[in-house]
Amino acid sequence: NARDKVNLRPNIPRRSDGRDIVGIKQMTMGTFGTFTDVIHRVLKHSIELTTLSPLALSTAVVVAADPTLLRLGMARNLGLLVVILSVTSICGGAAIFTPISDAHRSAALELFAPTDGSFGSLEEAYEALRTLQILGVDKKPDIRSTTCTSVETTLWSPTSNLKDLFYALRVNTLLKCELNDEAFTAIASRLKDSVSDARSLLDYYHSVGSLSLIKDQTSEVDVLLGDADGVFRSIKALSQSDGRWRYSSSNPESSTYAAGIALEALAGVVSLASSEVDQYLIGTLKSDILKLFDSIEKYDDGAFYFDEKVLDARGQQGPLSATSVVVRGLTAFAAATSGSLNLPGDKILGLAKFFLVGIPGNAKDLYYQIDALACLENNRQVVAYEVAIPLILSPPATVLSLTSEEKFKVRVNTVLGRAAPPLSVKLMQVFNDGSKDASIIAQELKFDAENGIHVLDGLPKSVDVGNYVFVVEIVLHDPENKKLYATGGRIKVPIYVTGVIKVDSAEIAVLESDHGSIETQRKLDLPGENAVALSANHLQKLRLSFELTTPLGHAFKPHQAFLRLRHETEVEHIFVVGNSGKQFEIILDFLGLVEIFFYLSGRYDIQLTVGDAVMENSFLQPLGHVELDLPEPPEKAIRPPPQAVDPYLRYGPKAEISHIFRVPEKRPPQELSFAFLGLVLLPLIGFLVGLLRLGVNLKNFPTSPVPAIFAILFQLGIAAFLSLYGLFWLKLDLFTTLKAVGFLGVFLMFVGHRTLSHLASTSAKLKSS
Amino acid sequence: MGKSSTEKDAQALFHSLRSAYAATPTNLKIIDLYVLFAVSTALIQVGYMAIVGSFPFNSFLSGVLSCVGTAVLAVCLRIQVNKENKEFKDLPPERAFADFVLCNLVLHLVIMNFLG
Repeated sequence: NARDKVNLRPNIPRRSDGRDIVGIKQMTMGTFGTFTDVIHRVLKHSIELTTLSPLALSTAVVVAADPTLLRLGMARNLGLLVVILSVTSICGGAAIFTPISDAHRSAALELFAPTDGSFGSLEEAYEALRTLQILGVDKKPDIRSTTCTSVETTLWSPTSNLKDLFYALRVNTLLKCELNDEAFTAIASRLKDSVSDARSLLDYYHSVGSLSLIKDQTSEVDVLLGDADGVFRSIKALSQSDGRWRYSSSNPESSTYAAGIALEALAGVVSLASSEVDQYLIGTLKSDILKLFDSIEKYDDGAFYFDEKVLDARGQQGPLSATSVVVRGLTAFAAATSGSLNLPGDKILGLAKFFLVGIPGNAKDLYYQIDALACLENNRQVVAYEVAIPLILSPPATVLSLTSEEKFKVRVNTVLGRAAPPLSVKLMQVFNDGSKDASIIAQELKFDAENGIHVLDGLPKSVDVGNYVFVVEIVLHDPENKKLYATGGRIKVPIYVTGVIKVDSAEIAVLESDHGSIETQRKLDLPGENAVALSANHLQKLRLSFELTTPLGHAFKPHQAFLRLRHETEVEHIFVVGNSGKQFEIILDFLGLVEIFFYLSGRYDIQLTVGDAVMENSFLQPLGHVELDLPEPPEKAIRPPPQAVDPYLRYGPKAEISHIFRVPEKRPPQELSFAFLGLVLLPLIGFLVGLLRLGVNLKNFPTSPVPAIFAILFQLGIAAFLSLYGLFWLKLDLFTTLKAVGFLGVFLMFVGHRTLSHLASTSAKLKSS
Repeated sequence: MGKSSTEKDAQALFHSLRSAYAATPTNLKIIDLYVLFAVSTALIQVGYMAIVGSFPFNSFLSGVLSCVGTAVLAVCLRIQVNKENKEFKDLPPERAFADFVLCNLVLHLVIMNFLG
């Protein structure tokens, strides 16, 4: 979408003091899609197209319906052209465009700020200087010295390429650095050679453009082209049948941007020709331009642009740059040649509107925008006025208040914000957005010369609150100017008229359900404060009624008319208040609402909301409360939905948990433990004493040395085992112990076996003997 | 006039048991004494637990089981060593003693592990 590339300030309706009105639906912008889309849009607008000739419409429909024609792109475009021409007599949808303003100037200063005292390249320097010059910004960055040195080095250097030379010369035109004719002579011959050697469109563009810039700066140097016809033909050879151009003969893609620079290059060729260029060639080029205009695209609000089919890898080429370059090429070509081009004024105005959409976000886009607008405006310097100068009509405020009796004002300027020629603005029609009829007024606006504004004295009688479209027409005083300026025929200006809505006969009542007799009735003072106290049960009804009247006495249906009942447990119910004409009434029959109210009895707060965008006194007022007595809920009744918990309660910090450590077990007092330790050792002592009493002796201990050693080792081994167990309990772990047990066990086995077998053999000998 | 017949019988029984016991060989008496020692140690431990509660239950168990286990092994030894026992006539008493020592060592390894 072309619009996506540009920073949009949407067309929010503004009050005269600059504040925005809220709640107004934006006008959506879109391109023409399929043909059915076209017809749909035409039919939608056909209600307002009072001057649309039935013939044109039927032609368009016939063209649309014929499937053979649909396949041919040309016929489709032709059909589109017919529709566009007939539609643009009323100029499409209503939209506001504002000319260049101080916002653009401050954006330019911001975007074109030089880094470290100079711009990045000569191209950027040229863009910055040209934009600032067009906008008339006084405070220019002081980069003259650095840029001029850069220009000089580029011009003198024999290795600079064509593009650098071109931009250096362009910068020189703006800065007027001190360069003598020697510099120009040196490059002129080089440039002439490159014109004859050029292979691609860009080569032609840069070389021809440089030569024409030298021609503008000095008349001493000979820059005329000998074979202008030949150059013209070779550039033209790259053109395509749809009016676009290719960049070179090897590149098959056609681009609209290329068409723009081709036009500018051809204009340069024509102006540099030493002898007249063949008129036949110029005629073919004019038909190419018309073909290019056939492929122009359009937005709903009347902006025209050229779309770029080829997308640059860097993403820099787009509709904005393509349209800008084409406009530049067009105006250059119109200036170089004579004879009319017959470009329709509404398309020129549409192109101007395209560039006035908003303020682009980057420097290059801003340059394209401002440069194109300057080309459109400044072709008044030309002898034969080929391209009309667009005039832009913009109202400073699109919201008018009936209460403060604001007046309808418009401004008419050129695209760059300069004063328009003497003209007057007439209000032709006023459409009400909702109804189909329009009142024809044909009233002229008074011109306030001090502020440059056209003011309408008093709004038409039939204008009430609501959305309106004011159709205005610009009438130029000087008949000569009619050819010079494109005014756009009938211009639609969307206006929102706001006012104070009167609220009358407001009352609230409790009625008996069966025979509608009134039990309680209270008068309400709306939109003021009220506090009524009612009570009702499920066999009764609650009725609220009031009247809304506009300042002119008509009925008014607001966007919002809600009655809200809120229970003390925060359960609330909202009802829409319906109307018939001026009378607004809502009856709440509690018998039917018992289930909806979740059988909750109690106090309900009543609140009334009436609001609309054009209503200046929208209100949201509490009216009081009603004590509702509803029956008990049955078992299967739906519970009211859980009310939103305060997020700080649910997600806030919780109570701190203090950890309770494991209470250690109660141990007995140490004295008791020691006592029992002694007690446990008593049986051991008793055992030893008993052994002594039994007469235990060591007579069986072997006396001969070897068995004795084994016997001792046996005892020692057992002792070692027991001490190992002691160590195990005190500090060793099971694995070390098991390892030790393994070694000790083997030892003990061996020793024990020897000892015991020795003992066994001695006792066997004793027994046998 | 003092002692009834049951009392006299009890006394007579007690005397005969005492004299019969005196005839047992000394080694068997040593083993009986050992068993008595182990059981009394176990009983003292149970009494201690009854007083203070069984908090480190594993320690209590290992202590009691050590005493009871070694008593049981000693009883096994007594059976095997007793000459009047015809079943184990061919088993040398040293072999029985070696078994006793080995089993005790294994039992006490487990006990020490469980002691905690």
